[in-house]
Amino acid sequence: MTSLAMPGSTALAKPAKAPGRVIPGFGISLGFTLFYLALIVLIPLSAVFLKTSSMSWVDFWATVTSERVMASYRLSFGASLIAAAINVVFGGIVAWVLVRYQFPGKRFVDALVDLPFALPTAVAGIVLTALYAHNGWIGQYLADLGIKVAFTPLGVVVALTFIGLPFVVRTVQPVLEEAERELEEASASLGASSLQTFVRVVLPSITPALLTGFALAFARATGEYGSVIFIAGNLPMVSEITPLLIISKLEQYDYAGATAIAVVMLVFSFILLLAINLLQAWTRKRGGKS
Amino acid sequence: MSADKLAPAHLPATSRRLDTNVLEPRWVRYTLIAVALVFLTLFLFVPLAAVFTEALRKGWGVYAEAIVDPDALSAIRLTLIAAAISVPLNLVFGVAAAWAIAKFEFRGKSILLTLIDLPFSISPVIAGLMYVLLFGASGWFGPWLEEHDIKILFAVPGIVLATVFITFPFVARELIPLMQQQGTEEEEAALVLGASGWSTFWRVTIPNIKWGLLYGVILCNARAMGEFGAVSVVSGHIRGETNTMPLHVEILYNEYNFTAAFAVASLLALLALVTLAIKSFIEWRLHQARSASLDAPH
Repeated sequence: MTSLAMPGSTALAKPAKAPGRVIPGFGISLGFTLFYLALIVLIPLSAVFLKTSSMSWVDFWATVTSERVMASYRLSFGASLIAAAINVVFGGIVAWVLVRYQFPGKRFVDALVDLPFALPTAVAGIVLTALYAHNGWIGQYLADLGIKVAFTPLGVVVALTFIGLPFVVRTVQPVLEEAERELEEASASLGASSLQTFVRVVLPSITPALLTGFALAFARATGEYGSVIFIAGNLPMVSEITPLLIISKLEQYDYAGATAIAVVMLVFSFILLLAINLLQAWTRKRGGKS
Repeated sequence: MSADKLAPAHLPATSRRLDTNVLEPRWVRYTLIAVALVFLTLFLFVPLAAVFTEALRKGWGVYAEAIVDPDALSAIRLTLIAAAISVPLNLVFGVAAAWAIAKFEFRGKSILLTLIDLPFSISPVIAGLMYVLLFGASGWFGPWLEEHDIKILFAVPGIVLATVFITFPFVARELIPLMQQQGTEEEEAALVLGASGWSTFWRVTIPNIKWGLLYGVILCNARAMGEFGAVSVVSGHIRGETNTMPLHVEILYNEYNFTAAFAVASLLALLALVTLAIKSFIEWRLHQARSASLDAPH
């Protein structure tokens, strides 16, 4: 788009400026956008940061590093990392299978991959709990093997895997669709085995997308609440996620404590958001090069 | 019509291409398909089937009873109200933001884009907390609201606000890339030919973005009706008054009334399925439109 517009703008300096004037509504659309953004997002968000400024550093630090809160970070971040890693492996395979192979019911499967985006988290929470409880459809077989899922940290991983499932599939899928098969064919005709072709040719081209999907799934999982609280069991120090701690502090009217933990989570999400933006820029650059 | 004629000639070619292009041995292919399907079965298909099985475990009578229960009906009503307010608000915002970002150049655009995406990366619980800090009894506006006898927190306005926040980026996010890709030529042509700004918007821009718009709206709506964490913080859980459907599911579940909980949950699962069906339909339409425009030169 921009490269097409460039020659015109150097040849005819005046028309190049025109679009800004021809198309109306800049002031009102941007004005409304900023007003609505400030009202719904920025002002409420600033309330969280201003609330913590009423706390002393010592209190803040003591709250966000207390034993129970630390245990919740370990669970929230640990389980989110494991779930995102599971999704990188299996989501990657699902994306590969959906792009490269034909099998009956493929379109139906493809459409259902987005189910975790569309299914309310509370519904996901109760149904996963029912399935993985010791008498549930899946839980009874795992119980025979001595594995307990529901009401343990393992249950948290299951719920977060469900929630993060579409992210990796949907970021890797378009990259695989665009990938140049000729490179793989060239690699094969030069005598590389299919494993070598995969590791040397395919994997490097989808790595940025896999990492982006991982980061998106991880970011979503750390803040997740609805699907987790049913299956986690919510035992302090064992299976209590950080968002739940914020809620329990709120229920005890400890607004400052709840806000302090929220600030830690917000700072973490902002760092992650920055990382995701960089990863996406990398994905685009990779895509543009090939 | 012309696409129909072209199809038979194209099909054998593409299927042959696919066969020769699969480089890996057959057993690798089948193993990967099997792994993918087992994973999806465990995490998607079985849970989806289980929602409906659990809901109908005690028969249709009990199912219907759970849904026509006055508390359930009031939860359904509140969920519909929250979505009916938040979706149009975010729709208007999405169109305005996409118009400003896609049709004009200005400084700080990338910051604006990041800020619009912000609600996606904030935990729903924190979204709820923000409104407690603003409108709660000890919040910024709490005392003033109390003086004027306005209830926001633990009432319908709080639920709507939390829903608006959670679903804030959905429409904007779909429209911005779409409108950026379409550029400004068609609008400029209409304006140069003498159309007013408004009629250009309605007759040129809206027809061009209608599928993207619908796509954003159904995703926004699904999330608005299903939001749990943020709404749970601001609702106050007053039965029959400030309970949305997902909160009603939680209450029933915590009372060990599993069948009723799954009955209400099955309505939400149906909503999810309808959303996915419409979404696939739109994607199919867009795909058709794209391949039609690719076939046109033939």
